[in-house]
Amino acid sequence: MTQIMRPTEEAELARIIADHARREAAIEIVGNGSKQGIGRPVTAATQVVTRNFRGVTLYEPSEMVISARAGTPLSTIQNELDKHNQRLAAEPLDLGPMLGNPEGAATIGGVVMANLSGSRRILAGAVRDQVLGLRAINGRGEIFKTGGRVMKNVTGYDLCRGLSGSWGTLAVLTEVTLKVLPNTEETRTLLVLDQPDELAVELMCAAMGTPFEVSGALHLDETLAGRLAALDLIEKGRPTTALRIENASPAVAYRIAQLSARFRPHGQVVELDHAASIRFWRAIQRLQFLVGTTGPVWRISTAPSRATEVVRAIRGYSELNVAYDWSGGLIWIETPASADAGAADIRRVVATLGGHGTLIRASETVRAGVECFQPLEPGVMSLSRRLKKSFDPAGILNPGRMYVEL
Amino acid sequence: MSTIELPTPDRTIIGRRGTIVQDLMRLVSPGSVISDDDGRRAFETDAFTAYKRMPLAVVLPRSTDEISRVLAYCHKHGIKVVARGAGTSLSGGALPAEDAVVVGVSRMNRVLEVNYEDRTARVETGITNLQISAEVAERGFFYAPDPSSQLACSLAGNIAMNSGGAHCLKYGVTTNNLLGAKIVLVDGEVIELGGNHLDAPGYDLLGLFVGSEGQFGIATEATVRILRVAEGARPMLLGFGSIKAASECVSGIIASGILPVAIEYMDKPAIHVCEAFAKAGYPLDAEALLIVEVEGSPDEIEALLERIGKIAAAHAPTTVRVSGSAEESAAIWKGRKSAFGAIGRIADYLCMDGTIPLGRLADALAGIGEIGERFGFRVANIFHAGDGNLHPLILYDANTPGEVEKAEACGAEIMKLCVDLGGCLTGEHGVGIEKRDLMRYQYSDTDLAQQVRIKDAFDPDWLLNPAKVFPLDLQRGARRA
Repeated sequence: MTQIMRPTEEAELARIIADHARREAAIEIVGNGSKQGIGRPVTAATQVVTRNFRGVTLYEPSEMVISARAGTPLSTIQNELDKHNQRLAAEPLDLGPMLGNPEGAATIGGVVMANLSGSRRILAGAVRDQVLGLRAINGRGEIFKTGGRVMKNVTGYDLCRGLSGSWGTLAVLTEVTLKVLPNTEETRTLLVLDQPDELAVELMCAAMGTPFEVSGALHLDETLAGRLAALDLIEKGRPTTALRIENASPAVAYRIAQLSARFRPHGQVVELDHAASIRFWRAIQRLQFLVGTTGPVWRISTAPSRATEVVRAIRGYSELNVAYDWSGGLIWIETPASADAGAADIRRVVATLGGHGTLIRASETVRAGVECFQPLEPGVMSLSRRLKKSFDPAGILNPGRMYVEL
Repeated sequence: MSTIELPTPDRTIIGRRGTIVQDLMRLVSPGSVISDDDGRRAFETDAFTAYKRMPLAVVLPRSTDEISRVLAYCHKHGIKVVARGAGTSLSGGALPAEDAVVVGVSRMNRVLEVNYEDRTARVETGITNLQISAEVAERGFFYAPDPSSQLACSLAGNIAMNSGGAHCLKYGVTTNNLLGAKIVLVDGEVIELGGNHLDAPGYDLLGLFVGSEGQFGIATEATVRILRVAEGARPMLLGFGSIKAASECVSGIIASGILPVAIEYMDKPAIHVCEAFAKAGYPLDAEALLIVEVEGSPDEIEALLERIGKIAAAHAPTTVRVSGSAEESAAIWKGRKSAFGAIGRIADYLCMDGTIPLGRLADALAGIGEIGERFGFRVANIFHAGDGNLHPLILYDANTPGEVEKAEACGAEIMKLCVDLGGCLTGEHGVGIEKRDLMRYQYSDTDLAQQVRIKDAFDPDWLLNPAKVFPLDLQRGARRA
């Protein structure tokens, strides 16, 4: 039977962890549970819920910095930022709806621990690029801080990056300080329709090679585009390539005109205005094109120039629905259900062509049986093991969540 | 003269110097080991020149394999290694030790592959920062991080220190522009982290490696992001009658939602020295000067500069001048980029590097003025105002006995002030030996212990870049005693 603990103070949480470390008893760390279905299931007698660590602790709009306790819902942070016309630059994904959970439930601690950046990552950097400082508790039950609240800081090692994306296996976050950006005055999006994958990726790479600062470059195949039809932005069932520009209004008009002139010869071009663009990219941020289905979902990171080759090779093994984000550098794949969710085939392809894949959605049984995260080279795994030990010598924090041995 | 303690070198290692040099020569291609006194002397310091130590030997390998062999050998024999890029560290990050071998990457400076479709370049890390941009300039691309020393500094050093520059307000620092690296670990093992795609699997070991000041391994190859150059860029000069007005203008620009590509700040002493050197047309009557640069098409630039001009108007500027030509823009930046050299012509100086929250800029500058006065030094301030990264220059006379020590003490007070204001000890120069003993001012022993344990994970015997980053008593050896 799982014991659920909901500490409200940092010192209380530190005591709980120190006590478990002494007993070498595993702990599963949960915020709001919106991403609990990702990774290998954790077996632990204790579950520590951090959602009581809540509230914005510092917000200086003129310095573009916000601090919040780790359990603060992302929606609370976004509401605060809205008041001052600012935003989180990395556009972190809301995976809740895709995993069958409510929308907006992610906590800021979870966002950092998963480092799941959205479409704007190609221009504005990843979630971890915006982390300026952290307070956390290591597996010994010691409270430590790293970084600070200033934009540039090279005082000692960059633990902010080291901890981002570590899925609670190194330390438990208690407070996060993030760099934020001003909202741009206007957003517009060009949709180029009916492009086959190869041309779409070529087109996106060409757009990224212009000086117009494209902040979203996404291609949906016809099935996935069809699932956005309810937005009334896309004609049902037509492959859609989306390019976003965000800037001051005159700049947006100029840049959209330039891009549009370049891409019109490729096919029908539809322009989304400010409001429609925001609706479109919000739907992408919560992966609306994967909501309501149950098939396994993979997230593959590769070089854009290899993207269609990767997909073609995987298609050799099974039917796929595919979305290319990050100009092709991030591929979302929905596969038919199978005993290993296609892991063996996907790993084989990625090993040959370069990149790495993460199983984002699958049943608990499947996730317990395959490596959900990309297996690491022996040298890198051995270093990762030593890093884990430096934070969590007893191996009690989310054991096995990322890799069996971490 | 030095006030920073350096550990006593291991005499047994020094005693074996002849054998070690012979062994090293067998591991690398001919001409790669420097062992004579004159040759080694060229490596006895970096740009933190107050401290000098003759290295045991210097190796300048030509390949990752050679570096791997050298590190495996040193590891086996318990010999310390100091990695070196171009030797431009301002914090003593590449200061050698008498019982350490310097391993430099300066002969590994080739561009291995450029992929414009993916917007990446794979290079050897001995390449200079500016050379990467030069390689891709013809196709309209550039490598974004731009430390002031970019003409000379190596990518390896940029990775070790997580370097930035004037334009990182918009484009980020090294860690934001690095996708992958080939790294030689302390025992000679070669690992690849990341690749030519965004985000790597597993822990962000590459992110942890960047800024580890040569203490985790030596990066020999790297894949960096290259970006398309903006259609155009233009700076404007804004002069103000007070530090406060200039500081408030910076906050006003940021709060307005405009994100200029750079906001540089100079105080009066800096303006005068730089103008005398660069003839950039800096306003000599101003107490503070901002260089604000924006990018885009000609129309976009016009529109942004007009908005910035309006924001500045609310703070009673004494000068508002938009660059009218490419030549004028170059002169404006020449003044800023050559500031340290220009000041070096009139005095010896210590260049500090702390950061503060932007809202405390006026407090910081007032505090720095007071500290300078207390120690009897003139202090010139030049810095990246957009991200609060201060560079107070303490002007002193190295020929006067005791002045270096006094200037160092003055610098330490300034660094502490930055921390007191909510900032940190270093924004881009690194800790090196310079700020090592101040680490406890910013971090608790628990904070530092966690960092030290990570060093243990990468380099259990603390052979790589010893005596840097952490107070000596926290370093292995001292902890064992």
